[in-house]
Amino acid sequence: MNYNWNWRIFWEPSPDGVGTYMDTLLSGLVWTMATALTAWIMALILGAIIGTIRTMPNRWAARIANGYVELFRNIPLLIQMFLWYFVMPELVPDAAGNWLKSVPYASFVTAVICLGFFTSSRVAVQVSAGIHALPRGQKMAGTALGLTLPQTYRYVLLPMAFRIVMPPLTSEFLNIIKNSSVALTIGLMELTARARSMQEFSFQVFEAFTAATLIYIFVNVIVVNLMRVLEKKIAIPGFITSGTTSAGGH
Amino acid sequence: MNKFDFNVIERSWVYLFQTGMAFTLELTAFAMAGGIVLGTILAMMRLSSIKPISLLATSYVNLIRSMPLVLVIFWFYFLVPYIGAWVIGANEPIRVGAFSSSLITFVLFEAAYYCEIMRAGIQSIPRGQVWAGYALGMNYWQTMGNIVLPQAFRNMIPVLLTQTIVLFQDVSLVYVLSITDFVGAASKVAQRDGRLIEMYLFVAVVYFVMCFGLSLLVKKLQQRVAIIR
Repeated sequence: MNYNWNWRIFWEPSPDGVGTYMDTLLSGLVWTMATALTAWIMALILGAIIGTIRTMPNRWAARIANGYVELFRNIPLLIQMFLWYFVMPELVPDAAGNWLKSVPYASFVTAVICLGFFTSSRVAVQVSAGIHALPRGQKMAGTALGLTLPQTYRYVLLPMAFRIVMPPLTSEFLNIIKNSSVALTIGLMELTARARSMQEFSFQVFEAFTAATLIYIFVNVIVVNLMRVLEKKIAIPGFITSGTTSAGGH
Repeated sequence: MNKFDFNVIERSWVYLFQTGMAFTLELTAFAMAGGIVLGTILAMMRLSSIKPISLLATSYVNLIRSMPLVLVIFWFYFLVPYIGAWVIGANEPIRVGAFSSSLITFVLFEAAYYCEIMRAGIQSIPRGQVWAGYALGMNYWQTMGNIVLPQAFRNMIPVLLTQTIVLFQDVSLVYVLSITDFVGAASKVAQRDGRLIEMYLFVAVVYFVMCFGLSLLVKKLQQRVAIIR
């Protein structure tokens, strides 16, 4: 292999004039994490609501929630990005469309909304799997105690269900971090995009990608360990909370 | 809605499907085949009692699974020419076509995910069956090939197919290399004719119909292949 390795490239100034290539990559990491975390909050809230509705006795509500899940699951993330970024501003009335196009940090906002909806459908599947994993007697016991259906969900079912689905939710969180790299197609300068631009300017392909890979692994390890601690903290003694197997996906 | 021109789809659908979708489907099919074969080998390595082998497979799977696909696509796009040069002993990085480059990428990437599925499949077979195989005088390969893997595959067919639907959607990401897959073809037409909205909506509908249809089929299949115990 005749490839000129130059690991000192990270300490050379980058053409964007802000700092070194290392600074460029780290600011990419900040964008990646900001996108992932904001979208994750959105996905958790939406996913919990939709996932709960999927298990409700009301047929029609459950059907609509299922439709929501299928809609976001069966269109590639890349296309969803394009739909939110290019198509959405044209479909709404002109005034709203013009406002949407002039939003500051448009690609960040779009990426958050897109990832939030995309991941919410996956969170919803996990949450309803968690509720279904509970013994049926729990729901009956709740209603027998005189709790209303919302109260049964709030105090009996959901607290247990969330503990059960902690492991699959951890991997969904890791997925949202990875999936945020798709936002580079709409111009978000996150970690992968920064590595790519570093490669274009410095021609040090493998150094740039190695650095990005190491940063992703580092983030991965930290998230996995934090979640493990959290899982232990919220575990209810006497209940073995094992994860439901997640089918497919990444 | 009069500012839309859905004529553009009528004009371009032959190109979209003949060039774009053909590439996407071909890549999906080959990547699935290669991914499942390599994934099964990786799963057997992960479950191996020989420490270095299982460590190697585990680190590979964990490495790939902690990287975003877009980054992996970039990695291999630049790495494959160098590997190729190293394999045939050339001095310069060789030229690799868009299809083979993305095929290598997707096989190596998806193998990590298929591996986890096959590992679960292999582990779902009771250990007693393996011991029974050994007790009958079979060696490792005979036990695996005749007893464990056929059942593991059968149990995991629905999950393997679900992962393949994910793969089918993931192939759209070769767009970042400006390859003419279904999305690439659509966005070329969209930019040529200035019809982004119509084209991207059309692409979304086509993907939705195909993936949703496939997932319904998988659900049907799941009921049929389930082994009643």
